[in-house]
Amino acid sequence: MDVYLQDIRKAFPETVALHGVSFEARPGEVHALLGENGAGKTTLMNILAGLYQPDEGSIWLGGQRRRWRSPAHAIAAGIGMVHQHFKLVPPLTVHENLLLGVRGPLWLHRRRDAARVASLAREHGLDVDPLARVWQLSMGERQRVELLRLILRDARVLVLDEPTSVLTPQESQALFATLRSLARSGRTVVFISHKLEEVLRAADRITVMRGGRAIATLRSQDARAADLAALMVGRHVTPPQPSPPPPGAPVLEVDRLTVPGDRRPLAVREVTLTVHAGEIVGVAGVAGNGQRELAEALAGLRPIASGAVRLDGRPLERATVRDRIEAGLALIPEDRLDVGLVGEMTAADNLILKSYRQPPLSRRGVLDPRAVRARARAALGRFSLAVPAEAPVRLLSGGMLQRLLLARELAEAPRAVVAMSPTRGLDVGAAADVHRALLEAQSRGTATLLLSEDLDELLLLADRLAVMYDGRISAILKRAEFDRPRIGLLMAGGAA
Amino acid sequence: MIRIERRAPMSREAAAGLRLAGVAGALLAGAAFLSATGHDPGQAYLDMLRGAVGSPYAAQQTAVKAIPLALTGLGVALAFHAGLWNIGAEGQLAMGAFLASWAALGLSWPAWALLPAMGLLGLVGGGLWALLPAVPRALWGTNEIITTLLLNYVALLWVDYLVFGPWADPSAFSFPYSRPFPDAARLPLLPGTQVHAGALFVVAIAAALGFVLRRTAWGYEIRVTGHSPRAAAYAGMPVRANVLLVMVLSGAVAGLAGMGEVSGVIGRIQQGISPGYGYSAIIIAWLARLSPWGTVGVAVLFAALINGGFALQTSGVPAAIASMLQALVLFSVLVGDFFVSHRVAVRRGRAAALPAQEAAAEP
Ligand SMILES: Nc1ncnc2c1ncn2[C@@H]1O[C@H](COP(=O)(O)OP(=O)(O)O)[C@@H](O)[C@H]1O
Ligand SMILES: [Mg+2]
Repeated sequence: MDVYLQDIRKAFPETVALHGVSFEARPGEVHALLGENGAGKTTLMNILAGLYQPDEGSIWLGGQRRRWRSPAHAIAAGIGMVHQHFKLVPPLTVHENLLLGVRGPLWLHRRRDAARVASLAREHGLDVDPLARVWQLSMGERQRVELLRLILRDARVLVLDEPTSVLTPQESQALFATLRSLARSGRTVVFISHKLEEVLRAADRITVMRGGRAIATLRSQDARAADLAALMVGRHVTPPQPSPPPPGAPVLEVDRLTVPGDRRPLAVREVTLTVHAGEIVGVAGVAGNGQRELAEALAGLRPIASGAVRLDGRPLERATVRDRIEAGLALIPEDRLDVGLVGEMTAADNLILKSYRQPPLSRRGVLDPRAVRARARAALGRFSLAVPAEAPVRLLSGGMLQRLLLARELAEAPRAVVAMSPTRGLDVGAAADVHRALLEAQSRGTATLLLSEDLDELLLLADRLAVMYDGRISAILKRAEFDRPRIGLLMAGGAA
Repeated sequence: MIRIERRAPMSREAAAGLRLAGVAGALLAGAAFLSATGHDPGQAYLDMLRGAVGSPYAAQQTAVKAIPLALTGLGVALAFHAGLWNIGAEGQLAMGAFLASWAALGLSWPAWALLPAMGLLGLVGGGLWALLPAVPRALWGTNEIITTLLLNYVALLWVDYLVFGPWADPSAFSFPYSRPFPDAARLPLLPGTQVHAGALFVVAIAAALGFVLRRTAWGYEIRVTGHSPRAAAYAGMPVRANVLLVMVLSGAVAGLAGMGEVSGVIGRIQQGISPGYGYSAIIIAWLARLSPWGTVGVAVLFAALINGGFALQTSGVPAAIASMLQALVLFSVLVGDFFVSHRVAVRRGRAAALPAQEAAAEP
């Protein structure tokens, strides 16, 4: 079905998300919607799927003007959307989830329907066990369930919001094959992304969005990565060039560390790692394989079961969070807001989060507001951050928040830093700034453990790369051994 | 289609105007109701105003009433700053009154020794009563809203038991109150006024709280903990110890309010020392946005509203209508406050996604 969105405008209380965007996609094509965070991609597609009403503009489907009364109305008209956060019911089985919202008899013919689902799944390369419960599935499998559900409802237009953000490289490959097969069957497929390579690889046409406007639509065989990047960002971005210093003495040593998890007995099992001064060690892995628990245990935020952690030879595994901070261990947490920063407080107040007890910021327990302001000015100046000093930081963009967090954590040249997905959700420019800050800390001798789900980032920055699967480090590779397919295999639990 | 959504921040002036408009609306609605029930609204409002602040005597009575409201409000506000819901100020006030009364009735000390001892016992009584729910909260995260609330009933019944039983005044024919306190156990009045010295507690504690929260490292910890306990843990702050300490201090301030009432106002301990000051305190602290001096100011307004209501009754308006007017004013202030951050959106046509769906679609 032809999709045409005409001059769509949508304002939210604080921002105008879309300033009159037109977008067009055809049956049989895979169409990528490319843009940085906050460009308005999700909002535009939510309007197509009936979740938001446009303030102005119209939706045309197969040449007919449509106006959605509700998301259900859009679904009935053949629009299906896989949201970034899946809308499945974890305690139910795959099969039960598939039938939710499908009109028809209320009872479920477990066996008969299961067979039908299985055959549909085979046709499009979407195999999942229909009787498995959703909470047991990996993110890739859950995504397949979402897609199957849309196909079962006979969606003619399929929209996927950042579908690869939760996938391993192999899973992404498989997903794109599925999307191709769905397009070939006559459906219109739109996927949202901010990754240039995959857009070039998987899409027939690409629409680039920036700042609430559609900038250009190109055929992917005519597009080059550098041009797309410039369209997306609005200027040329130079990626930082790593030039690692020769690694120094061991700084952060982790020895057979085992950490209990929240949902399973052991989230981290016997992990052994060493990070040297001036070295960046990457940890690759699909989300949920123990990376978060490892980072939290190193920072002292999660009790450990056994094993040792040393910083400059000093045992830290029983030390308090405060002792670790004072020993020079910094953590860039996964949740910028609410863990790394206090959203309701100002930038100045946030910059003293770890040093508020030290002179000159406070003496005998009394804060010196002038010293606090001076500290803020110095830190913001050093990282050339134009952040309003008196406004609560929750009003800042993700990129600004992360720069602020780095300004604090890296200001005093920590001995070691544990960084958890430091560029997740950031636009290209902000991500480059974060990378530059990490590299700069490296050049000053900081030992960095970088946990990330973004393989490109790890391949760019890491001197060595550990792959984590099911709580274990399955391999540690040197730069010369970096090899995408092999790493992908390791991330999926395969042997090296 | 009509729905309620968050709005962009408005200016200070606009916000103040909106709140005032809320009060004006409440007074108009009240006036309509008064005339419908055969009362003269102009006269009624004048009576209310007179009863609240119309004479030096009335103003001072309002100040006296504001003392326990402000103290409990300050205690509750301190807990809120740390993200703790202390719904137990009422019980903490009662336990402060209980321990202070124990000294007043049992020790025949001179005033210079007895009054400080009573003040201290008031603090201790309220503080320990708040420690009880603070321990399970700090150790296991037990919801303090429920525990502090339930302990109120225990505290009030304990005071009832004392004033009906062991402490009952033998000459009072089983009225539920104790013997009167000796003079040494009565807080003096501020020179030249009808206001007891408990007003000084209010000033001292509001000033101290403002300073501690804004200007000390510990106050900073409390604010971080209140906004985001996870950030506090990440920064290595002693979250559990602070939960205990804040709850104890919060209860202690409420306990001091109890001491002030028995020693400064009533002169004995009896059933119903507080007509719900500890509950009003929650509203007061919220309306003041947890600001210490703001809490004092709102407490005075609250006291004026209460005393104005009393005055209305003496001029022939039924008590029910007086309470209704009070509630109307309070309600409209809260509504005005709500619309400072929210607005009603009206959409034309057959619009729109349901708010729940829209919310669910946010990333
Ligand atoms: N529900 C919402 N309420 C307020 N602002 C929103 C909402 N959804 C999106 N926005 C704002 O609209 C802009 C576009 O957001 P979005 O469509 O999510 O971008 P993208 O998907 O391209 O990253 C952003 O500035 C975002 O903050
Ligand atoms: Mg998005």
